[in-house]
Amino acid sequence: MNLSFSQSKSKKRISPLEIEDFISLSLRVGVIISSVIVALGLILFLLSAYTGFPGGDFPKSLHQVWTGLLSLNPLAIIAAGLLVLLATPIFRVAASLVTFFLQKDYQYTFIAGYVLFMLLLSLFLGKAE
Amino acid sequence: MGVVIELISLSSIGIIFGVSIVAGTLGALLGLGGGIIIIPALTLLLGVDIRYAIGASVVSVIATSSGAAATYIRDRITNVRIGMFLEMATTTGAILGAYLSGLIHTRYLYFIFALVLGYSTLALFRRRNVELVSDATPHPLAWKFKLWGSYYDSALQQEIKYISSGVPPGFLVMLGAGVLSGLLGIGSGAFKVLAMDMFMKLPMKVSTATSNFMIGVTAAASAGIYFSHGYINPAIAGPVALGVVLGTIIGTRLMVRLRNATLRKIFLPVLLYISLEMLLKGLRG
Repeated sequence: MNLSFSQSKSKKRISPLEIEDFISLSLRVGVIISSVIVALGLILFLLSAYTGFPGGDFPKSLHQVWTGLLSLNPLAIIAAGLLVLLATPIFRVAASLVTFFLQKDYQYTFIAGYVLFMLLLSLFLGKAE
Repeated sequence: MGVVIELISLSSIGIIFGVSIVAGTLGALLGLGGGIIIIPALTLLLGVDIRYAIGASVVSVIATSSGAAATYIRDRITNVRIGMFLEMATTTGAILGAYLSGLIHTRYLYFIFALVLGYSTLALFRRRNVELVSDATPHPLAWKFKLWGSYYDSALQQEIKYISSGVPPGFLVMLGAGVLSGLLGIGSGAFKVLAMDMFMKLPMKVSTATSNFMIGVTAAASAGIYFSHGYINPAIAGPVALGVVLGTIIGTRLMVRLRNATLRKIFLPVLLYISLEMLLKGLRG
């Protein structure tokens, strides 16, 4: 390809690298925290073979996960880890918004803001199946 | 809920774990969520309730995306700006899809998407040996929105520079991918890869890695609903999450060593399978 990349080679070259490192870090932290929690819950689950929820049921709301966590229920611990995982992409978009803003890239601050807004909107409008 | 009790056995958790490693590896390679492996494996192999399989697949998509993206972004194979730019289309499409769901027969949609994917499979087959596109003309919008980048290709042992062409059609296909996921609840990673590879003419590695980056956001939008509706069973989704994360470590290491043309050839049969599956779903109504 014979393209001009003069713009990307300007002195601003350093800032996008920082943005990417920060986003990469936010994802890595989310994955590691959730994996550790899920693994702990799974080990407890296999050791106890007792769900603590009658009829093989499992926690389905934040409240149930929270009360389950307080009694160290294995399935609630796994669910908590999964919730951290499910929130990681949303956290990533929010983290990019802040980073773009700090780098004074207002074009992409707006784009990240739009994506975050639509993401939160569809969290309420979403459809299962 | 007998399934849950049976799944306490170490062997079934081992099987779920193993299958998920494979799903995570393939997902990281191709920019897909791994649902095409997780759902049939859980339902057919282990007799898991389809709802729990779907819930596990949502978890798998997010685990693949977050696990692989961290590495791909660090290595600059994922283009964060192109991803964020196109996420405007996918998230808008997802809202449209959720709104349309009561108004449209999903049957016709399956046909439309099967047709689009079938055509794309053919187009990709013709370009299967293409390593890097050399005749790409940058679209004016690519300059305006900084849709360019460069990465070091370990297979070619050189720095690859690229810039997006075909921004409007790429954006439109992404909108369609968003509608699809909002409407049918599927990840639509294949459409995302195609939009970037075929229309925006990005290197295949950049396309799969950036799709990988994006699918997590698409899945997270519906994850809350799946959780509150009881689709996400911790005893099943837990081992899936761990297995997939391990799989992405393998997948990301493998991908950087592969050639773009090889990646296309692995993508082809998967694409053919998804288009046939959509056609079948349309035929069954």
